[in-house]
Amino acid sequence: MSVTILYQARTPYAAEAVAEGENLWVPADDLAPASGWELRPEGACRGDVCVPIPRDRRGEFLREGPARFNLAALARLLGEPVIHEDVHGVWSFGESAAARRSGTPSLQAPDFALPDLAGHVHRLAEYRGRKVFLVFWASW
Amino acid sequence: MWQALHEELAGQGFTCIAIALDSGGPAKTEQWIRAAKPTYPCLIDERHLTAELYGVVNVPMGVWIDETGRIVRPAETAATSDAFRRHLDRTTKQMSAEGLAERERVRAAYLSALRDWAARGPASPYALSEEQARQRLPVSSEAHARAAASFRLGQYLSSRGHGQAATPFLADARRLHPESWSYRRQTWELEEPGKAGSAEFWAAVDALGDRPYYPPARLSR
Repeated sequence: MSVTILYQARTPYAAEAVAEGENLWVPADDLAPASGWELRPEGACRGDVCVPIPRDRRGEFLREGPARFNLAALARLLGEPVIHEDVHGVWSFGESAAARRSGTPSLQAPDFALPDLAGHVHRLAEYRGRKVFLVFWASW
Repeated sequence: MWQALHEELAGQGFTCIAIALDSGGPAKTEQWIRAAKPTYPCLIDERHLTAELYGVVNVPMGVWIDETGRIVRPAETAATSDAFRRHLDRTTKQMSAEGLAERERVRAAYLSALRDWAARGPASPYALSEEQARQRLPVSSEAHARAAASFRLGQYLSSRGHGQAATPFLADARRLHPESWSYRRQTWELEEPGKAGSAEFWAAVDALGDRPYYPPARLSR
């Protein structure tokens, strides 16, 4: 069944994943485009960060024929919230509270990329060298 | 109001960036953006991702970021106050003269702080030290992390026309992060257009009692 994966701030991604209760088995080839994680000999890696798969719990994370990875098990291991809706098959993976806190002690403004009305995407980092006043509003 | 400020201060290496936390997207925000005739970027954040990044829980709120990308004032109420709670006639939507005067005072104080920072940078008393800025960073709990994941799920379902399926997730976002008026009002609005300003909203504001809806920006150190 096609499952829509909302992984943190990434663009929603549809994959032929298998949902079983609180587990989501994502085809190995879809793992990186859906979540940014990739499988390497040292574990699940994203950029420089690798999370070793617990040796005695490999069956919880990895399946063969065809190769699949349980993204929900990784999220639980990292303390990240996982919320799913099963009628339409949508899984939302959040950031852990710890990651949300650890991003800020440096006081570096977190970067983002957002479109304007014309669809032109602006990144905060493009405005380095200027004083930036971010002002949030809404129509509601 | 931000256009005038942006124009006035752009020569001092200052820019406004407006972010609409609005799941209605261009359809809901376009008329407001066009009316402002902005020369600064007006961005649209349908998934409220930047609210999560910066701890924004209401609008309008502002964040000040210096030339090196360091936050010098974390998210706080920007140029508005709770005057509406005491001075707005809820039927006519008219603010009393007293209310207008209070609102103008708060607005002028915030704008003058922004001008001072634009002119003097780190020498401005309104640019917080690292320690002060850190103390004012919003705190994030497990419940808030869960609220964000719930909101994104509900918002996505709603954007695909699955309003009914979205409802429990939107309600969870409100319940798990009750301090976020952005979640409350956005999720109400997704459930039923107009609900964000309805009797339900006013009941929630009244339930605050002595607590602020807009905590005043602490401009003095």
